[in-house]
Amino acid sequence: MKNTLYRWFDSDVGHSLRASPLAIGAACVAAVCVFCALFAGWVAPHNPFDLATLELSDARLPPAWSPEGSAKYLLGTDDQGRDILSALIYGTRISLIVGLAGVALSLVIGVALGLLAGATGGWVDGLVMRVCDVVSSFPAILVALLIAGVARALYPDAPEGIAFGVLILAIAFAGSNGWVQYARTVRASTMVERGKEYVQAARVTGVPPARIMFRHILPNVTGPVTVLATIQVATAIITEATLSFLGVGAPPTSPSLGTLIRVGNDYLFSGEWWITVFPGIMLVLIALSVNLLGDWLRDALNPRLR
Amino acid sequence: MALLEVQNLVVEFPTRRGVLRALDGVSFAIAPGEILGVVGESGAGKSLTGASIIGLLEPPGRIAAGQILLEGERIDHLSHAQLRRIRGRRIGAIFQDPLTSLNPLYTVGQQLVETIQTHLPVSAAEARQRAVQLLKDTGIPAAEQRIGHYPHQFSGGMRQRVVIALALAAEPQLIVADEPTTALDVSIQAQIIQLLKSICKTRGAAVMLITHDMGVIAETCDRVAVMYAGRIAEIGPVHAVINHPAHPYTVGLMAAIPDMESERDALYQIDGAMPRLDAIPQGCAFNPRCPRGFQARCRTERPGLIAAGATQAACWLHDPASGVTA
Amino acid sequence: MSTPAQPLVPSVASPLVRAHDLAKTFDVSAPWLNRVIERKPRALLHAVDGVGFEIARGQTLALVGESGCGKSTVARLLVGLYAPTRGGFTFDGQDAHATFQGKEAHATFQGKEARALRRRIQMIFQDPYASLNPRWRVADIVGEPLREHGLVTGKAALEARVDELLTCVGLSPQDMAKYPHQFSGGQRQRISIARALATAPEFLVCDEPTSALDVSVQAQVLNLMKDLQRKQGLTYLFISHNLAVVRHVSDQVGVMYLGRLVELADKRTLFSQPRHPYTRMLLDAIPKMHDTGRARTPVQGEVPNPLDPPPGCAFNPRCPHANARCRAERPALHDAGTGTRVACHAVQEGRL
Repeated sequence: MKNTLYRWFDSDVGHSLRASPLAIGAACVAAVCVFCALFAGWVAPHNPFDLATLELSDARLPPAWSPEGSAKYLLGTDDQGRDILSALIYGTRISLIVGLAGVALSLVIGVALGLLAGATGGWVDGLVMRVCDVVSSFPAILVALLIAGVARALYPDAPEGIAFGVLILAIAFAGSNGWVQYARTVRASTMVERGKEYVQAARVTGVPPARIMFRHILPNVTGPVTVLATIQVATAIITEATLSFLGVGAPPTSPSLGTLIRVGNDYLFSGEWWITVFPGIMLVLIALSVNLLGDWLRDALNPRLR
Repeated sequence: MALLEVQNLVVEFPTRRGVLRALDGVSFAIAPGEILGVVGESGAGKSLTGASIIGLLEPPGRIAAGQILLEGERIDHLSHAQLRRIRGRRIGAIFQDPLTSLNPLYTVGQQLVETIQTHLPVSAAEARQRAVQLLKDTGIPAAEQRIGHYPHQFSGGMRQRVVIALALAAEPQLIVADEPTTALDVSIQAQIIQLLKSICKTRGAAVMLITHDMGVIAETCDRVAVMYAGRIAEIGPVHAVINHPAHPYTVGLMAAIPDMESERDALYQIDGAMPRLDAIPQGCAFNPRCPRGFQARCRTERPGLIAAGATQAACWLHDPASGVTA
Repeated sequence: MSTPAQPLVPSVASPLVRAHDLAKTFDVSAPWLNRVIERKPRALLHAVDGVGFEIARGQTLALVGESGCGKSTVARLLVGLYAPTRGGFTFDGQDAHATFQGKEAHATFQGKEARALRRRIQMIFQDPYASLNPRWRVADIVGEPLREHGLVTGKAALEARVDELLTCVGLSPQDMAKYPHQFSGGQRQRISIARALATAPEFLVCDEPTSALDVSVQAQVLNLMKDLQRKQGLTYLFISHNLAVVRHVSDQVGVMYLGRLVELADKRTLFSQPRHPYTRMLLDAIPKMHDTGRARTPVQGEVPNPLDPPPGCAFNPRCPHANARCRAERPALHDAGTGTRVACHAVQEGRL
């Protein structure tokens, strides 16, 4: 383990990371967010979902540096006395999980379909590509809204797990931001790799086509997909935030950053800006850092730019 | 006076692991109208030499030392604008792949006329006439019609003829040809070699022919330089180098090539491989593989080109002071 | 080695490989919609059009020709990567394509016979950089045929066999753990050879194995291949466009032009007394290293478009001896004495 880490660090990619302060900054921010999200229970000063600890008298307190603020609630409280900072940390967790799960589902569907289309060719290829064309012709957010909204309308009291499942599905199928782009990329790479001689050598040896697809071709087509996926995490988080803002995303019992922004929106004009602004800043921070990381990764892995 | 003179050319590539010397002190000259062959295996630096002369060295590669003189004037330190004037007008280039050497979106005629008009003060009509004549000279049948065709309408061999025509369009004094026949079939190769020879002799253009194929060199060139690990191992008249090689690497190379005349059970093989750029041995670059390595000097001191019979070889064996008969 | 010692004296009576009337046609027509709208006809590429030869055990047949002559397609037909449109070949007496089940993209076979055939025939490819999976270690690459055919059981046995194979081709056993990009072109070709030898095959099809290598490395690889042939009694089909290399490695040589065999002869006979005009032209076109100064007239013209071959003999547009019969009737491969078979009307009629 140590050896691999050192080897990676010393490699071209590792060097590229060390050379770019922006990438290091982005990586640090992302790392902090992930850490907070993982260990939310220990990092957050309060638990905003534990109704017993809430005190209504502490509602709508401004951030700690304001004259009326209190040091107990660093970033202030919302209308029900929940600590904004803690809500932020738990909200980040939800956003990250949903974003990553959405991308993961997109990856699984997209890579599988792309491999199938590229390796099989013929009418299977044609069919998959036409489906891709149809799916990507819809505006991304509209499809996501459709799936999530219809599900919410049909089953308003669905348990939390189902609600999140639908949300993740919506993100994975969000038009050209979803699985379609992975499918297209993987299909193109697969068609290139299929013509290469190591694949022919495997066929001459008698390896079955399924094994050739997964053990020979798949490891060689994941390169461009990695970069895409990293950048898409940011898009997925924002899509989820949008859906939550519109009311069809994360349920109010486990608010994500989008839900927090939505809740705080109503109080913006009565002067309690902190309830919506801080979740907004957090959202921007995560999306930006992940996006920058993805950009750096793409440049680092591009041999022509080195 | 020599048409082209390269003096102690050093080309380096700075990498994060240190600076790699791809060419280390390459010197040779080409007389007007002469055909010089530059032969070597992959990694020897022959393409880099050609690229440096034309001024197409890809960054981060750079000329770190040495000079390139065209008719006595230095050309290695010129700006891009100045280089552009030289390229095409005084030095023409032919590359390996005829498919990518021509712009697929323009007809052959348009590309020829553009080149001619860029470098020569002629009218469009005269440029077109010259273009047709060029196509005829390079052996393309029905030149008047084919001048309006696109590159994809020509076959591989025909395309390479068009590329030769393009290189000669502005009447340069020197042509640098980098593996012009490698991508072609044997029968087409023979035609192109003959074309190159005849057309350059008629127009008085000197040629620097870069290739790994010794047979092509034997048929085409007057002199040949054998490169190894970024240095010239041997240089001299072509028949002398092929039939009486002086440098042990050249000897090994000649013996390793399967030829049509003799029949051997096993080909002579030079053990090992050309050293990588970051691991070039001290002293003579060939010494770890050399069957004649005989002195500590081979391992510590790098030999310059020493006269050895009809050729010059970078080998201590031919140093009269070494006291050894080669 | 598990292969029994093969007799090195060729027994023509029962050759190891016998191809008869092999043909492969590719449909390169434009898509259906384009054909309907633009009224284009179907375009068929006759990559291989009736090729037949025999290879005796322990011998090497070399197929030479220029680009587009179909030699690579013949190679792929012989290893089961393509199914022939016509004809077939027998391997050790059994009809190979029936065993391969004649399915083009099929790598799965039903039946133990097909798998056994795949063990006995293997292939070495031209491009040392594309013929090894860049994400796999050398041990996995060389060991894959062993695992696929279940020839060894257990990790230790697998490693030992890979060890043995790598040593056999001149690499060190430590190279097992490395990735292909850590090797040079010549070394990668050796790894390819080691992979091909894993199942102890009897017949190796080599598709231009040294074309992408430098001269000195080529010498090493060719010597290695000849050595292995002597030690293990291998039979080779050697595809190349380089006649000098072919002269060095082969016993028998076949010259191909536009998908057809134009001359098939013993090596010495072909090089000293070439009969077919194309063979003569090819031999004449090779740049000679040692006796230049002799003026040569290269034959004009180029290989015609394989989608639209000339009628009759494919070489007739470029042949100085072509007559009306040549332009109308396609010559068959006939015996011209001295062990040569030539497909040429002029030779048959005694004009040449």
